Amino acid sequence: MSDIIARVRAKIDNNERISDAEALQLFESDDLFGIGQLASSVNQRKNGDRVLFNVNRHINYTNVCVNQCRFCAFSKEPGESGGYTYNLSQILEKAAEANAAGATELHMVGGLHPELPFEFYLRMMATIKANNPHMKIKAFTAVEIDYFAKISQLPVEEVISELKRLGLDSTPGGGAEILCAQVRNQICPEKISGERWLEVTEKIHTGGLKSNATMLFGHVESYADRVDHMAKLRALQDKTGGFQSFIPLAFQPDNTRIPNAKGPGGIDSLKTLAISRIYLDNFQHIKAYWIMLGLKIAQVALCFGVNDLDGTVVEEKIGHDAGADSPQQLEKQEIIRQIRNAGKIPVERDTLYQHIRVYDDIAND
Amino acid sequence: MTLQTIKDKLSSVQCLNREEALYLLTQTDLLTLGQLADEQRKRRHPNGQVSFVVDRNVNYSNVCCCKCRFCAFYCDENDAKAYLLSYDEIFAKVQELVDHGGTQLLMQGGVHPSLTIEWFEELFQQLSQCFPRVQIHSLSPAEIIQIAQLSKLSVKECLTRLQAAGLKSIPGGGAEVLVDEVRQHISPNKIGWRQWADVMEQAHDLGMNTTATLMFGCGETPEQLVEHMFRVREMQQNSHNKAGGFTAFISWSFQPNNTELGGTTATGCDYLRVVALSRLVLDNIDNIQASWVTQGDKMAQVALRFGANDLGGTMLEENVVAATGVAFRMTQQQLIELARAVGFTPVRRTTGYQVLETY
Repeated sequence: MSDIIARVRAKIDNNERISDAEALQLFESDDLFGIGQLASSVNQRKNGDRVLFNVNRHINYTNVCVNQCRFCAFSKEPGESGGYTYNLSQILEKAAEANAAGATELHMVGGLHPELPFEFYLRMMATIKANNPHMKIKAFTAVEIDYFAKISQLPVEEVISELKRLGLDSTPGGGAEILCAQVRNQICPEKISGERWLEVTEKIHTGGLKSNATMLFGHVESYADRVDHMAKLRALQDKTGGFQSFIPLAFQPDNTRIPNAKGPGGIDSLKTLAISRIYLDNFQHIKAYWIMLGLKIAQVALCFGVNDLDGTVVEEKIGHDAGADSPQQLEKQEIIRQIRNAGKIPVERDTLYQHIRVYDDIAND
Repeated sequence: MTLQTIKDKLSSVQCLNREEALYLLTQTDLLTLGQLADEQRKRRHPNGQVSFVVDRNVNYSNVCCCKCRFCAFYCDENDAKAYLLSYDEIFAKVQELVDHGGTQLLMQGGVHPSLTIEWFEELFQQLSQCFPRVQIHSLSPAEIIQIAQLSKLSVKECLTRLQAAGLKSIPGGGAEVLVDEVRQHISPNKIGWRQWADVMEQAHDLGMNTTATLMFGCGETPEQLVEHMFRVREMQQNSHNKAGGFTAFISWSFQPNNTELGGTTATGCDYLRVVALSRLVLDNIDNIQASWVTQGDKMAQVALRFGANDLGGTMLEENVVAATGVAFRMTQQQLIELARAVGFTPVRRTTGYQVLETY
C-alpha cells in the first residue's frame, strides 16, 4: 500500500476529513485499487449496499443561449439555425408523457434565452405543477436563476421564492463547471463567476431548496483545479447542508470549441468519482451520470464509491450533442439489472432522496 | 476455500483450479479481483508496455452455413446482401492496409458452402508474393474444417497446404464458449468444442501460432465460462513441446442487436471480471487483449488495469461487430493515446508480438 493510501485510510478510520493536499496526492497516485477500496469503504459506511436511481425525464426547454461556453455543443446563438424553444403546450405534453411513463421527476434546464421574460418561467412552473401535482420539478441551475434575477430586476432571493411558491422542488447542480476563474476564462468566459455560482447556490439553500453540485472535468483543468472546486463545495456544504449529491460530469469533446481537449479516460473518471467520495465527507450521495460517463463505466463506478445512478432519462440533448455515445434512455428494468449486477441493492428514490421502493427481492419485481 | 489460499497460490506461481476460478468469478469483489489480475499482468509485463498491431479485417464473404443465433453478419447464398469478394477487391483492401503501415491481415468469412482449398491457396500465394511484410493471420477453425471437408482433406492436410501457401497463423474466432451445451444453444450448426481444439492443436503441431477467444454473456453459466478458460489453458499446456501455441486470449461480450438470440449485453462489471479472471487462470498465455471494439475506449483503458496488456488490432476495417450496431472506431494515434493516458508505453507489434516501434 502506498503512503498516501495508508494515510487516508487512517483518517477515514478516525472519521477525519482529508486535506486538499491529500486529495491532490490521491489524484496523482496511480493506485487505482487502493483509491477504489477507500471510496468503497467510505460509501459502505454512509450508504451500505444500496444504490439509488430515479425515474425522470429531462426537458431541455430551449437551446438558445446568450452565453457561448466553449465546452458546450448544445447552445445556439440567438438567430442561429437549429435553435429551438418549446412553447408551454409542448412542455406540458412532454411532462404528461413523463407522468404516464411513471416518472417522478422532471429535470428542466435550458439556455439563457434572450427574449423570454421571467413570467414565462413562472407560468411554466405553475402550469406543470397544476397538471402534474405529484411530479417533482428539479429545474434551473444557479446560472439560470442568476439570469432570471437580471432580466426581472428582482433580487435572487425573490426569484427563488417565487419559483418555489409556484412549484419548484429542487435545483440541479449544473453550471458549476470548474469554479476557479482561470479555467472559466478559458472554457466559459461569459458565464457567471465561480463566486457568483456559489453565492446563488447559497441563496437557493437558504431559500429552502436543496440542490446538487456538478463538476465538469477532463478538459483544460488541472487536478489542483478539481480539488479547489471540491474544496469550495465542501465549505459551502458545511455552511448550508443544502447539497444532496455531487455529480462529476465527464467532458464530451465533440462539436465543442476547446482545442485538443479529449475528455477524461475511463480510469480518470473512476478515480475522480472515487476521490470525490473520499473528500466530500459532508455529501451523502455521489452520482454517476451515465449519459456522459458511458453506461459501462457508470456501472463499474458503483464499485468505486458511487451510490446513485442517474437515471431513466428520456430525450437527453446536451451530452449527446457533444458526442456522448450512450443510449437516449434506459428502461427502469435495465437500471435495476445494472445495479444488481454490480452486487448492490437498487432503490428507487424521488428528487429529494426519499426512498420510493427497495428492489431487494428479484422475485417481486 | 478462502481468498487467502488463492492469493498464496498466485504469489507462489501455482496455477488455480476450476473451483478457485469460480470463486474468483462469482464470490470475490471486483476491486480485489482486478487488483490480483493487475499484479499478475505487472509480473508478466513489467516494462509497462501495451501493444497493438496495425491490421485489417477482411471478411471475404458473408455467406455462411452456420447461421449462428448470436451473429448479425451472416446471410444465405441467395440473399440480396450476399457477397464474395474477388481477388482484386481483396488485393485493393490489402494494398490500403500496407499504405497504412499494416502488418497483419485477418481474413475471415462465413463458413462458405462451396469455396474449396484451391481458392484460398491461390489467394494466399498471390498475397504472400505481393505483400511479403503482411502476415496472413486468417481463417478460424470452423472455416478450416469446412475447407477440409469440401476439399476432401484431413485437417492436417488442409492446414499443411494452407501453410505452404502462406497462412502463417490462425485467429481464435469461433470459440464462443468451448462447451457443447452452450454451443447447441447459440450455434447448433457450428463445429463442437473438440473440433475447434483439434484444429488449434494441429496448427500448433505444425508450428503455427494461434489465438483463443471467448464470447461470453450469451446465456452460459459461470461454471461453463470457467470451463472454457481451463480448456484453453490445458490445450496450451499440451502444446508445451510444440513449435506453436496460443499467443493471446481475447474475450468479448455477446452483442445482441440484430441477432436471433437477442437479450441484453454483459455489463461493464461482467466484462472486467472476465478479463481479470482470464489473466489469473491463463498463466501460460502471455497476452490478454482488451476489446475496445466491443467495449469502447474508456472500458479498454480500465481493462488495461484489470489484467489486459494488449489492444489487439487497429482494425482498419471491421464488419462483424459493426453488424450489431456497436461500432467503436479507433485510429492508430487514438490507440497510442488511449494507452499513454493511463500510464503505459504504447508499442506497435507484429502478429507474433515482436515490438516494431515504441511510442
